[in-house]
Amino acid sequence: MAEITLQDIIQPENLVYEKSKLLTEKPFHYCPGCGHGTVHRIIAEVLEELGVDDRTIGVSPVGCAVMAYDYFDVDFVEAAHGRAPACATGIKRVWPDKVVFSYQGDGDLAAIGTCETIHTCNRGENITMIFVNNGIYGMTGGQMAPTTLVGMKTATTPYGRMPQWPDGTPNNGFPLQITQLLAQLPGTRYVTRQAVFSPAAVRNAKKAIKKAFQNQIENKNGVNFVEIVSNCNSNWKMSAVDANKWLQDNMLPVYPLGDLKDNFELIKK
Amino acid sequence: MGELKLMKGNEALAEAAIRCGADAYFGYPITPQSEVIEYLSEQNPYERTGMVVLQAESELAAINMVYAAGAAGKHVMTSSSSPGVCLKQEGLAYIAGAEVPCVFADVVRGGPGLGTIQPSQADYFQNTKGGGNGDYRNIVLAPASVQEMADFVPLGFDLAFKYRMAVCILSDGAIGQMMEKVVLPEQKARLTEEEIKAKYPWALTGRKRGTQHRVITSLDLDSARMEEHNRALQRKYDEVTKNEVRYEMIDCDDADYVFVAYGSSARIAQKSVQLGRAEGLKVGLLRPITLWPYPTKAIQSLIDKGVKGFLSVELSCGQMIEDVLLACNGRAKAEHFGRVGGIIHTPEEVLEAMKKQIIGE
Amino acid sequence: MTEEIIIAGFGGQGVLSMGKILAYSGIMQDKEVSWMPSYGPVSDERVCSPILNAFDTAVILNQQSLDKFEDKVKPGGYLLYDPNGITHKPTRKDIHIYSIEGAQLASDMGNSKVFNMIILGAFLKLRPIIDNKNVEEGLRHSLPERAHKLIPLNMQAVQVGMDNVKAEN
Repeated sequence: MAEITLQDIIQPENLVYEKSKLLTEKPFHYCPGCGHGTVHRIIAEVLEELGVDDRTIGVSPVGCAVMAYDYFDVDFVEAAHGRAPACATGIKRVWPDKVVFSYQGDGDLAAIGTCETIHTCNRGENITMIFVNNGIYGMTGGQMAPTTLVGMKTATTPYGRMPQWPDGTPNNGFPLQITQLLAQLPGTRYVTRQAVFSPAAVRNAKKAIKKAFQNQIENKNGVNFVEIVSNCNSNWKMSAVDANKWLQDNMLPVYPLGDLKDNFELIKK
Repeated sequence: MGELKLMKGNEALAEAAIRCGADAYFGYPITPQSEVIEYLSEQNPYERTGMVVLQAESELAAINMVYAAGAAGKHVMTSSSSPGVCLKQEGLAYIAGAEVPCVFADVVRGGPGLGTIQPSQADYFQNTKGGGNGDYRNIVLAPASVQEMADFVPLGFDLAFKYRMAVCILSDGAIGQMMEKVVLPEQKARLTEEEIKAKYPWALTGRKRGTQHRVITSLDLDSARMEEHNRALQRKYDEVTKNEVRYEMIDCDDADYVFVAYGSSARIAQKSVQLGRAEGLKVGLLRPITLWPYPTKAIQSLIDKGVKGFLSVELSCGQMIEDVLLACNGRAKAEHFGRVGGIIHTPEEVLEAMKKQIIGE
Repeated sequence: MTEEIIIAGFGGQGVLSMGKILAYSGIMQDKEVSWMPSYGPVSDERVCSPILNAFDTAVILNQQSLDKFEDKVKPGGYLLYDPNGITHKPTRKDIHIYSIEGAQLASDMGNSKVFNMIILGAFLKLRPIIDNKNVEEGLRHSLPERAHKLIPLNMQAVQVGMDNVKAEN
């Protein structure tokens, strides 16, 4: 029997997986093991499946995903720190038939941009907001984020996040439950929390992201908000595998996965 | 011939925006320019032309809505007053770096900080010298009447889209609140999607399949490319300086001494010229209409013609005087006069300052 | 010719709307106008300074305004006031001083709201810078449609003001 060459394997009938056509050839700058790459991939797949790439406008944040515009083959504007929801509002209001999404991290969406986040959700803009929460500032080198867990060590909480001093004096404050807060607002249509640490989680996250875009395309109002609880193995100072384990053991109890709101109705648990 | 109306400066600005086919206004209330968004809300331009009017949650949000909607090829504007314009500087720096066209009005009040709600011209530095970070310029138009508040909106949009940059309409509480006769232009249609795609190929409208996707950003971490981007911006600003300087001269032909004043101060100084002429003084007025680019050459041509001195009249402690001094470059005397804190100088005291500081009696 | 006018009084006396009606009437007569809250010139040519320190005419409707603005009338200018509530009268000899019993006449007409139109009538009798038909046009433009039925009453008030202005010096 003849030897099987690589060339024999690379045949269309053997194709089991391919990169979305809406991802460019540019190599990701994200650290190996980081969740951003996976989230990018599923957004690109969803936009491709929905066939809206020729009318999609994305808004990238300040933070690790600042150059998301290099990786998506759709039109993109890069926003100032925290202002992506305002940018998305501006575009959607003047181009109501375009598909508009913002992509933000926890510092961008839940610290410096909290005002824009809340008011955009409260106005019920018909957009899709993607929120990647890894509990830390990645781009600037691992400082405390609003979603940093209690006791978690970061560059600005080197002894662990301590909401209050033992005598009760305010210190670093508490992890901000921004997604729960947004679910309470009448302007949010769909609010869900997902993750990408396992193939099953990725499948669920993709379903949620697809729904968040479909809702926008089919309706006239309501923010579709998807939080992805993600990792930051570099700044958490762990291997990628350990980071995903740590995420499940520590992040998910504080930020449990699942839908918080669907079709403007809060989901009772 | 357009329609004749009696309007406040702020209302004329708003009406002109609707009539020139603006696509959106994003704003936040602040005295003394809240009439802009109030008038727009009352007129319901969404019914009239499809123009979007949105009261944002802050000036920061408003300018970032402007940034992105402008990046998407639409004619978008905002307005505010001094402390609000401080907040908008973040967005304006991005708009400059990413080369997005837009129009914004600053109806100036006194500062620093919360200052006063009374008229002032102390935002000259803020608007002509930057305000945000980096090496950039905005075109600054200074209306001196309610008519110019209306006229400078379409002019501002033309310049903004010609050069892909922000245009500031630098007004003040007096011009904003004053009522005057104004001739309004006919209603112009807003651009269609096809027109936007044809006229502005850079605009984010969703990339056509098989073509390169578009990115509007102010970021580039590659030093060589970033240097070239900055050089290109400067070449554009040189082009603006060459083509777009605007000013008005009144009684300057035989003048020995010239007031330099813009906006409401120009109105007052024009009266001072009349008072001075009645006394036999050969005084004139140079009124810069563009504050950036500045009419430097107009000042130099006046010196060439024999003007011996200039008085920069501003409702500030002396800001535009720096540009007058740069233009004079030691060849003629130039000093500043101005009242502040919401006090508006009278034509008599302006003339007195010219006599005392420049003519030297 | 430029006429620089101040109309000064209390809130609620219709000072602002009187200024606005005067400005609109000026436009109807093809004049240039600038109207600032409290200050306003009307001119045949481009109005220079809309911020004034000296006035051709002062229309004074309370004591505080009289105290503040009597000195600011240009020599040879006009001062028109309503004696209602005035405890010390104007004293200058180098200006023309006139009075109009606006509050009393408005109450005689049975409508205190026409007070400002009576004052406007008195002013236009002294300084006939705008024709009555343009005042009527000005009213038409500055009043909302639903108030147009009140225009004849307002014009009647203008006439009452014109007929009752009195020289005081």
